[in-house]
Amino acid sequence: MSATTDVTEPTADVTPKTAGDTRRGLGIGRFRELSLVPAILVLGLIGFIVSPAFLTADNLIGVAQQSTELSLLVLATALILVCGRMDLSLESTIGVAPVIAVWLVLPTSGARFTGLGLLPEWTAVPLCLLVGVVIGAVNGFLILKLRLNGFIVTLGMLTMLRGLQVALSEGQSIVELPSSFTYLGKASWLGVPAAIWICVMLFALGGSALAWLRHGRALYAIGGNAEAARTAGIRVDRIVWGVLILGSVLAAFAGILYSGHYGSISATQGSGWIFQVFAATVIGGVSLNGGKGTVFGALTGVLTLQLVVNVMTLAGVPPLWNQFLNGAIIIVALIISRFASGEKQE
Amino acid sequence: MADTATAPAGGGGNPAAGSHAPVAEATGISKRFGATVALRDARITIAPGEAHALVGRNGAGKSTLVSILTGLQPADTGTLRYAGEPAPPVGDIDAWRSKVACVYQKSTIIPDLTVAENLFLNRQSGGPMQPIRWKQLRGRAEELLGEYGVDVDAGARARELTVEQRQFVEIARALSFGARFIILDEPTAKFDARGITRLFDKLRDLRRQGVAFLFISHHLQEVYDLCTTVTVYRDAAHILTAPVAELGHQALVEAMTGESTSTAPTTEGGRSAVRTDSAELLRVEGLTLSGGCRDLSLSVRAGEVVGLAGATASGNVQVGEAVAGLHRAEDGRISVAGRSVRTGSVPSALAAGVGFVPEDRHLQGLVNNRSVAENATLTVTDQLGPFGTVLPSRTRAFAQRMIRDLDIKTPGEATPVSALSGGNQQKVVVARALATDPKVLVAIRPTNGVDVKSKEFLLRRIRQITDGGKAALIVSDELDDLKVCDRLVVMFHGRAVAEFASGWTDEQVVAAMEGVGGRADASDTDRAETSDTTEEHGR
Repeated sequence: MSATTDVTEPTADVTPKTAGDTRRGLGIGRFRELSLVPAILVLGLIGFIVSPAFLTADNLIGVAQQSTELSLLVLATALILVCGRMDLSLESTIGVAPVIAVWLVLPTSGARFTGLGLLPEWTAVPLCLLVGVVIGAVNGFLILKLRLNGFIVTLGMLTMLRGLQVALSEGQSIVELPSSFTYLGKASWLGVPAAIWICVMLFALGGSALAWLRHGRALYAIGGNAEAARTAGIRVDRIVWGVLILGSVLAAFAGILYSGHYGSISATQGSGWIFQVFAATVIGGVSLNGGKGTVFGALTGVLTLQLVVNVMTLAGVPPLWNQFLNGAIIIVALIISRFASGEKQE
Repeated sequence: MADTATAPAGGGGNPAAGSHAPVAEATGISKRFGATVALRDARITIAPGEAHALVGRNGAGKSTLVSILTGLQPADTGTLRYAGEPAPPVGDIDAWRSKVACVYQKSTIIPDLTVAENLFLNRQSGGPMQPIRWKQLRGRAEELLGEYGVDVDAGARARELTVEQRQFVEIARALSFGARFIILDEPTAKFDARGITRLFDKLRDLRRQGVAFLFISHHLQEVYDLCTTVTVYRDAAHILTAPVAELGHQALVEAMTGESTSTAPTTEGGRSAVRTDSAELLRVEGLTLSGGCRDLSLSVRAGEVVGLAGATASGNVQVGEAVAGLHRAEDGRISVAGRSVRTGSVPSALAAGVGFVPEDRHLQGLVNNRSVAENATLTVTDQLGPFGTVLPSRTRAFAQRMIRDLDIKTPGEATPVSALSGGNQQKVVVARALATDPKVLVAIRPTNGVDVKSKEFLLRRIRQITDGGKAALIVSDELDDLKVCDRLVVMFHGRAVAEFASGWTDEQVVAAMEGVGGRADASDTDRAETSDTTEEHGR
């Protein structure tokens, strides 16, 4: 049998092959998070052709400003998804946290919306963030201690918190806000809205933590294989709980920016956003199954969605088509990233 | 065999605390989970540099012992000592890991992280607030991999590694905490023979460096190949500890099962003479599968069991799956009882009369949280009631017949399959394959992860089926599986390279599977007198 001569052959050609595969795989892994950057450039080009107004500082800053609140929710969702969980209630937290804060702070009489006046006005911002902490902690308790299904728990929370907001604000928008509360949403630093600076900073912080800190890397380990993370000595539940709280705090903070930006807390603030948030995060390369994706990728996801809307508006597409286009763009982006990365999304 | 069963521990016992203190010693360990006794007054002693095997059927308490030895669970009673010192408190993971390393049955490699990060998970940097220096981390990883002679790119993502490489990474990581004692819980379950040889070479290297092993395996041959001492557990209790060389196959199996059995599950005497004129039930002609095999032909007659042997990447599994309709053929045809089957269509294969036992029962075989009855009748729902309905009474009756027929140990037909032991789960898979009363049974590694007794039962059952005029194709690289076959076709790199009538020797078949046909001495499953003989020509 000639097989004897083959003995060394397979071993010889197997080794270089795997080495080559590894290198190619690494390359894809590195560029995966950039897969939407070409899409953003193409959108920019289309915008430039469609309207001279597109490439002006005013327009671009406007787009960025409009992205800030959404992008904070996307940052929160990206962190939560990376460790393999989800939190739908973020879209209600963005509305209910500011309402509770101002309800505790505003005087008991004299205005259309009467609060409790329990605390001085300057505490509105810390209170709002504290409400975020409480919501995240409750979610974490229900999911991690009582071991309830996270999807349904946060879906219930979404409905409940929206109801709480409507009940407290009697279904009205709240327009008399403490000045400290509206400052961050309104202010401009160096000619650029403060909200944009803050968002950029938070994304940089989040991205660095995920890339260079042990606790950040732990999120990937937990999302990739929670059992393996536990055997490696990572305190899985504690970290997931921390991430859920952080996510809710980011949502509450997004609520502050949003209220400041529009000068009021609308009763439907954030309602229906969660679909866009998930869409942006997922087209930005964060896996719904956990353990994969970066904060930067998620950011490109938000920018893509916002740019599409902006370009369409400038092109004179009636706003009535926005919803249709938003859905279509999500599906197209998913298809593109499916084939750009070559990985099945399941 | 109650006499050997109560024999005291062999050489390793009676440690005079000091230089020769055993690396690990557990005495009087008991553990209960609710009403179940997982371990009853169990003990084990591992001497420095020893390769110690722990064997036992499923449910003997091996996994519980591992979790107690590695500090994942506290024992209810008993004492644990490592190198003469008492065990650290449960929960102090770092202290435990410096005493005992463990490679678990389930992979603890995270596929989307790099090899380097997997190696240093949760200790990538000096402190929690210190940023990770990736270049330095990679350097440390390369150093560690080099130290243990693992040829893997530290920057590669773990998902790109082969099963074997991942296992080496796990071993390197486990040992990197400084332990000189490592527990390997079924490390070879997913390997082919070549991978096992390489793993064993590595383990022998480590042993030379003074690392002691506790090796848990269902493959007794591996115990003989690698280990010097063996401990047998049965029904949550310690049965015997003895040097491997003094314990024959027969005695070992008896200790595991608690009764006299023959190790060879062959029906040597009762083998039905296959008449060459009996009807041909399965015919594969010129089958070509992309990435699987090229121009493969084989035929199986009624009353015949044919083995399709081959190592992991040989393509034998794909051929088996193609017969069951899972892969579309590029070329060639498959016919069952003279009727041609459309390739790539499971319904067509089922209708033609193919019963299929898939390779991985968890992924392809069972719906884990559903009942035994539902799982066993999944292929025959059309027979369970009129007009597409599924009548519970008929399902129950059908399942009860299956449970009796295959001797499935289950509290009832409504029990979820996930509650059964591995051997019984596999029986449910086989039951389902047989539910359609197939003409041809295709079984891929039918005894994978199954204890010795269930293994014999399953193989005997396959034999019985073919004696009733059916045909069976066993796809495996497991010599015990292949021993029941009347005829063997061996595949190597997608081609059939050899065919053996009954009466083959292990050496011949292993050599053919490894692509070294003719060189009988290269066998690594040859019963080794000592672990060192195979080393010289192991690869």
